Amino acid sequence: MASAPPSIRVPASSVRQRLRSDSRFWIGLSTLGIIILIALFARFLAPYDPNAQLDISSLHSQAPSLAHPMGTDTFSRDVLSRLIYGAQISLTISLAAVAIAMTFGTLVGAVAGYLGGVIDAILMRLVDAASSIPTLLLLIVVIALWDEIGVVFLTLLIAGVAWFTVSRLVRAETLAVRDADFIVAARALGMPSWRILARHVLPNVVGPAIVAATLAIGNVILLEAGLSYLGIGVRPPTASWGSIIQEGAERVSDLWWLTLFPGLAILVTVFACNALGDALRDALDPRQLLASLGDETVQHTR
Amino acid sequence: MRRYLAARLLQALGVVVFVTTLSFVVVHLAPGDPISAALQNPNVTEEVRQQWRASYGLDKPIAEQYVLWLSNVARGKLGFSITHRRPVGDVLAMALPRTLLLCGLALLLSFVIGIGIGLLQAERPHGPRDRWLGRVLLVLYSVPDFWLALLALLLFAYRFPLFPPGGMTDPVTYPYLSNGEQFVDRVKHLVLPVVTLALLSSAGVARFQRAALLAVLPSDWMRTAIAKGLSWRTAVRRHAFRNALLPTITLFGLSLPVFASGAIFIEKVFTWPGMGLLTVNAIAARDYPLVTAGVLVMSVIVVTGALLADIAVAAADPRIRLS
Amino acid sequence: MTSPLLELDNLHTFFYTDTGVARAVDGVSFHVGAGETVGVVGESGCGKSVTALSILRLIRAPGRVEQGSAIRFEGKDLLGLSEREMQRIRGNRIAMVFQEPMTALNPVFTVGDQIAEVARIHANMSKKDAAVKAVEMLRLVGIPAPEQRATEYPHQLSGGMRQRVVIAMALVMNPALVIADEPTTALDVTIQAQILELLADLTKRLGTSILLITHDLGVVAENCSRVIVMYAGEVVEEAATVDLFARAHHPYTEGLLGAMPRVGGTAERLATIPGTVPPPTNWPDGCRFRERCMYAWERCATEHPPLYQIGGGHTSRCHLAVEPERRAHPHTPIAAAIGASAA
Repeated sequence: MASAPPSIRVPASSVRQRLRSDSRFWIGLSTLGIIILIALFARFLAPYDPNAQLDISSLHSQAPSLAHPMGTDTFSRDVLSRLIYGAQISLTISLAAVAIAMTFGTLVGAVAGYLGGVIDAILMRLVDAASSIPTLLLLIVVIALWDEIGVVFLTLLIAGVAWFTVSRLVRAETLAVRDADFIVAARALGMPSWRILARHVLPNVVGPAIVAATLAIGNVILLEAGLSYLGIGVRPPTASWGSIIQEGAERVSDLWWLTLFPGLAILVTVFACNALGDALRDALDPRQLLASLGDETVQHTR
Repeated sequence: MRRYLAARLLQALGVVVFVTTLSFVVVHLAPGDPISAALQNPNVTEEVRQQWRASYGLDKPIAEQYVLWLSNVARGKLGFSITHRRPVGDVLAMALPRTLLLCGLALLLSFVIGIGIGLLQAERPHGPRDRWLGRVLLVLYSVPDFWLALLALLLFAYRFPLFPPGGMTDPVTYPYLSNGEQFVDRVKHLVLPVVTLALLSSAGVARFQRAALLAVLPSDWMRTAIAKGLSWRTAVRRHAFRNALLPTITLFGLSLPVFASGAIFIEKVFTWPGMGLLTVNAIAARDYPLVTAGVLVMSVIVVTGALLADIAVAAADPRIRLS
Repeated sequence: MTSPLLELDNLHTFFYTDTGVARAVDGVSFHVGAGETVGVVGESGCGKSVTALSILRLIRAPGRVEQGSAIRFEGKDLLGLSEREMQRIRGNRIAMVFQEPMTALNPVFTVGDQIAEVARIHANMSKKDAAVKAVEMLRLVGIPAPEQRATEYPHQLSGGMRQRVVIAMALVMNPALVIADEPTTALDVTIQAQILELLADLTKRLGTSILLITHDLGVVAENCSRVIVMYAGEVVEEAATVDLFARAHHPYTEGLLGAMPRVGGTAERLATIPGTVPPPTNWPDGCRFRERCMYAWERCATEHPPLYQIGGGHTSRCHLAVEPERRAHPHTPIAAAIGASAA
């Protein structure tokens, strides 16, 4: 992530205005909302039990039909139901991982930025070095060496590689604010450090952090799907979008529905996250704000 | 400039050492040891296991093992592959060029496409062309790599058999083809993986290039360019573009890691015998030496890529070059 | 009298922003003759820069030059030209020198390249010929070792030298008019003098007209034959330089002159004009200078003063032109009174 200048607070009204007029915001928000709802009410929406092998002799590997709109897999399980429950898994993992990464990253970043000095140097060197390792590789190696890892550990691992960017972001923000006059005044008045961080630094961080989190959710979904496709993420028989694709990968030319539908599900979800994240980012960008204040020199639309 | 180079080199070296250490730590933290997994067979007596361990130096204290590991790596001895029964170095030496070929071509293509699209978008920011291209890019950006690869395979290798469904060369006929035909065969096998990989990455490049251009469009010197009589389009293509190219050069170097790991999926789907496929298969076979060495090599590629990128930018930006 | 080189006729340039319509230039008319150096003076926000940008049609959304405005150059209305035709005029017949030499030049191209670019666009010169021309121009603006300098990048040059480069760029095609927007504001005082001298010398030799925009009356005194004073988007006074300094009419001009530090003057505090410029989205009714004026009376609140002729090419937008006896009764300006009571 490119280093961003310290954020200028943008008046809430103009942020809301710009979001409202941005189609990406609405598309992203509504799509994501629908998918979350699907995940929440999976039990009521799925026509079959995702793990039920309906009739292994006659109903396996069926192309889409009225009874099974997305076909059945090689174990005669209904793909649509597995897809719906897959939403649960994928969303849970990504939301949890991102939440953990955000929390941890914010803490580290704030501490490093505020305390500065040796602690800051050490922490940031570590972050720099760790984030230069390709994440996928790291995950593959770690997961491969520990044979069976549950969903919980998977989530923690993913969070473990995702928090670097957040910490950098928060650190930059903290540094920008730390030496501001009002902070010095607060300290002179005896305000404890954690309070200063909470009341003055965090509000500035919230905007970019939300953007980063939204985009991260999309990335994590892609990551988890990839790992599951390789067979080392969510393992069968649990249905995750990636694992469904993995099961059908051997016979992709025949059982095309096992590849197409889960992939579309991933695409739509990640697209929603990215659209939403982009819209939020543009709305919070102070440069857009300055442009709308109408300075006299040559400028461009919007 | 020289001081800058020296500092960066040192930093890169530090990261490589760090990664080497990390590989070591991870392997030794794993349950069991690297050898016992390979020797699961109950017929193997404990004596033999001890012998194996001794020959791999696993009976020595961990600190000594670490030093040994470091010195081995420095000398280029990366261990012995269990599945291939050859030194890891040899195995990697065969696979690495193939990955570099795939990734190199895809990288170039993705940048040509990405820079072009970014430029087209920035000429009229927020205009209709910009918006539409932006939407297409957003979709591309959100597509899972392995899925796009599978779709490409499905459509262009099976449904419409235009290209071969995988591999590097035709397994049956290749040895009997003339030189020209061999070249064509190789090209045909390259098309799908390269184009798929390139398309996926071009979205990111385009977004980046567009942002870089948009950042410089309000500059004073853009206004000067127009005041000199340049058309808006020429001013963007000549002045803004040249300026916004600098960050893109950095991106080029930083893209290498994405390719090194992103290629894993592409290589698996198209059965391209490169580093990615090698690593994935090694994982399945629990060939730990190969896995960790593979990771190490790829990390070195990453670090080198970033270093080269920084050097390239420093050379291209007259403000740094001449300081 | 031959028709003037440049004639602004009732120029209106508005900016359509979220907070309202900013009438940055609100009915400005003046002319520049061939070979003349005309100064436009005013404080920040008076619309002088926007006027300059409007002439070259460099105003972009949300700004717009309004219908009913006319900018005639060598007889043709620039506002009626197509963008392509306008491109042939920019840098060629009318050139502009901007305020910030630091940022006016592209940092990734050599100085020589940027000057040569003008020759290549307008005179269709080959790369080689244009490069030679660039060196020639650098020599013209007094840069030593021009062959060497042409291969250097902007960041390697000092501020003064960069501004010379910008001037060189402007003069490549020997334009009829050079618009200089605060060309020396960002420079050291000593360099300022050099640059202005350079401009004056070159234009005398080449016969170029200059429209010199500045907030500094001292600059105007030295270099311009005629002065236009702008305030709140309007021309409030116009006169030959000598006349303006000897017999300033508009109270705003008086205030500006009073605020000028003068060598040899009595060591008193500099007079300031109380109050600030009103916002361009909301110009007050009547005279726009009313609240800061020490002569204002009831008429000034209700009647927007036209540009009265004072004689000898001297105009002033002030009712004092028809009621000169009011000048005998100065009082505290409203703005100062508000300020005082608030204190």
